[in-house]
Amino acid sequence: MQRYSGFGLARHALSHHENWERQWRNPTPKKQYDVIIVGGGGHGLATAYYLAKEHGIRNVAVVEKGWLGGGNTARNTTIVRSNYLWDEAAALYEHAMKLWEGLSQDLNYNVMFSQRGVLNLGHTLQDMRDIQRRVNANRLNGIDGEVLDAQGVQEIVPILDCSKNARYPVLGASWQPRAGVARHDAVAWGFARAADALGVDILQNTEVTGFKIRDGRVYGVHTNRGDIEAKTVGCVAAGNSGVLAKMAGFKLPLESHPLQALVSEPLKPVLDTVVMSNHVHGYISQTDKGDLVIGAGIDGYNGYGQRGSYSTVEHTLQAIVEMFPMFSRVRMNRQWGGIVDTCADACPILSATPVKGLFFNCGWGTGGFKATPGSGHVFAASLAKGEMHPLAEPFSIDRFNTGALVDEHGAAGVAH
Amino acid sequence: MFYIHCPYCGEHREEEEFHPKGQAHIARPADPEACSDEAWGDYLFFRDNPRGIHHELWVHAVGCRKFFNVTRNTVTYEILETYKMGEQPTITAASQARQPADASSTAEVANQAGVRA
Repeated sequence: MQRYSGFGLARHALSHHENWERQWRNPTPKKQYDVIIVGGGGHGLATAYYLAKEHGIRNVAVVEKGWLGGGNTARNTTIVRSNYLWDEAAALYEHAMKLWEGLSQDLNYNVMFSQRGVLNLGHTLQDMRDIQRRVNANRLNGIDGEVLDAQGVQEIVPILDCSKNARYPVLGASWQPRAGVARHDAVAWGFARAADALGVDILQNTEVTGFKIRDGRVYGVHTNRGDIEAKTVGCVAAGNSGVLAKMAGFKLPLESHPLQALVSEPLKPVLDTVVMSNHVHGYISQTDKGDLVIGAGIDGYNGYGQRGSYSTVEHTLQAIVEMFPMFSRVRMNRQWGGIVDTCADACPILSATPVKGLFFNCGWGTGGFKATPGSGHVFAASLAKGEMHPLAEPFSIDRFNTGALVDEHGAAGVAH
Repeated sequence: MFYIHCPYCGEHREEEEFHPKGQAHIARPADPEACSDEAWGDYLFFRDNPRGIHHELWVHAVGCRKFFNVTRNTVTYEILETYKMGEQPTITAASQARQPADASSTAEVANQAGVRA
C-alpha cells in the first residue's frame, strides 16, 4: 500500500496526479477462506480490517452484492456521538468513539472526523427531565456531556430560534462536545484500503444467494460467482439481514424501514455544530462543502425501496424551518432513503445464531454509522474467538426471548 | 405517497390519513400464562420482514378510525389489495409465485421506479 502523506501529494503533483495506485485490488474469489464477511459497508469492512490487524486472520473475503459503501454507509447523516442512556449501549458506542478519535491516523486515510459537538434539543419539560437523566448517566459512564439552558444553546447556535414564542420552544439541550461528524464515504474507503493492504479480498458485485449448512454448521456460501467456503461467516447486511437469516433458516426480530435524508444547495458557513431534535424528528448539520444535511424520521411501514415518502420529508422540513427561520428559502438539492433494520428496543444485534459458525451483526437501525469502528472491532474479536466479545454479549438475539432488552427508545432518542 | 383504499369507508384517501401498525394476522397466544419464554418472545418481537409481498395492519387514523389489512409489495410499494379485519388475503406470495405473468409486471414496476434489486 502506498502510504498517503503531504510529501506524497507533492511528489504526485509532479506527474499531474495521474499515477496514484488503486486503493484496493479487484480479486477473483478463491475457493476457500478462513472467514467470510457478507456485506461490504462500513461495519463489514471494519470487521475485516480488525480481523486482519488485531487477530492476524488475513485470509478473509468481504462479499458485497453491489459496490462498497453503497448502502447505508453512504446514506446516513454522518453524525457520530456516544451519549446513550443504558450502560450496555453507552459502553459499545463509547468504544467506537475512542476508535474514531484515532481513526484517520490508524487507517492512514483522512475520514474527516470533526468533533464539532452535538446538541440534542429539549422542547418540553419531560424532554428536559430525560436529558438531565441521560447526561447524568453518561457522566457516570465517563462520557462527556452537559445540560444547557436555552441561553447556553443560543450561544452555541445563534441562528436557532430560541425565543419564547417559537412553534417548538427550546428549553435547553444536552451537549456532547466530543461528538461530531465524519465523512461517510471516506470511512468505507479507508477501511477497504487498509483491509486490502493486509490481504483481505474485497469481492464486489458478488451476491450471496444461500448458505452451505451441514449438521447445523455453516461451511460456506453460494454466490452468483460460485461457491465460497469458510468455517466462519459473519453477516453484516443491515436492511437485508432478515433476507439472509431466512436463507439460513431462522427469523430475526427485525423490521426494515426506509429512512430518509436530504441535502440543500451549498451555503456559506452558518452552522458549525450538529443540532438534533427528537421531539420534532429532525436533525441538521452543515458539511465542509456548505450543504445542509438534514435527516428525517423513518417511514412507519416496512420497505426495501431505498426511497421514502414525501409526507415525512415535509414534516421534517416544516420543523427545521420553524427552528431555523433563516433556512426558509434554502432549496433542497437531493433526497434519498436507506433501508434500516430496526429492533424493538432500538439496539443492535451482535450475536451467534442457531447455525454454528454463522454470526450476525445487524439491527443498528437508524443509528449505525456512529458505531462503525466499534462494531467492526467487537465483531472481529467475536469472529476470531468464536464467542461473543464482552461488549457484544448484552446484544444477543436471546434477549428478545429472555426479556433483557436494552431499551434505548426515547432514551438516547429515536433520531440518530 | 400512497393512495389507500379504506375497505370500511369505500374510498381512496391519501397516506397521511393512515398509520401503519405492523404485520397483520398475528394471533395472540390463547393462554399467555402458559406460554414459554420462547413462544411469548416470538409473539412479541419476531416478525416477517419479506422483500416482496407483505400483509400489514393499517388504521384509518383520521378517517373512520378502523383497523384493516393491506397486501403490499415492500420493494415496488404497490398496494395489491385492502381487506377488512377477519378476512383473509386473496393475493399472497404463494399465489403470486404461481402466476409468472404477475411476477414480471411487478418487476416492470420495480424497473420503472428505478429500484435496484
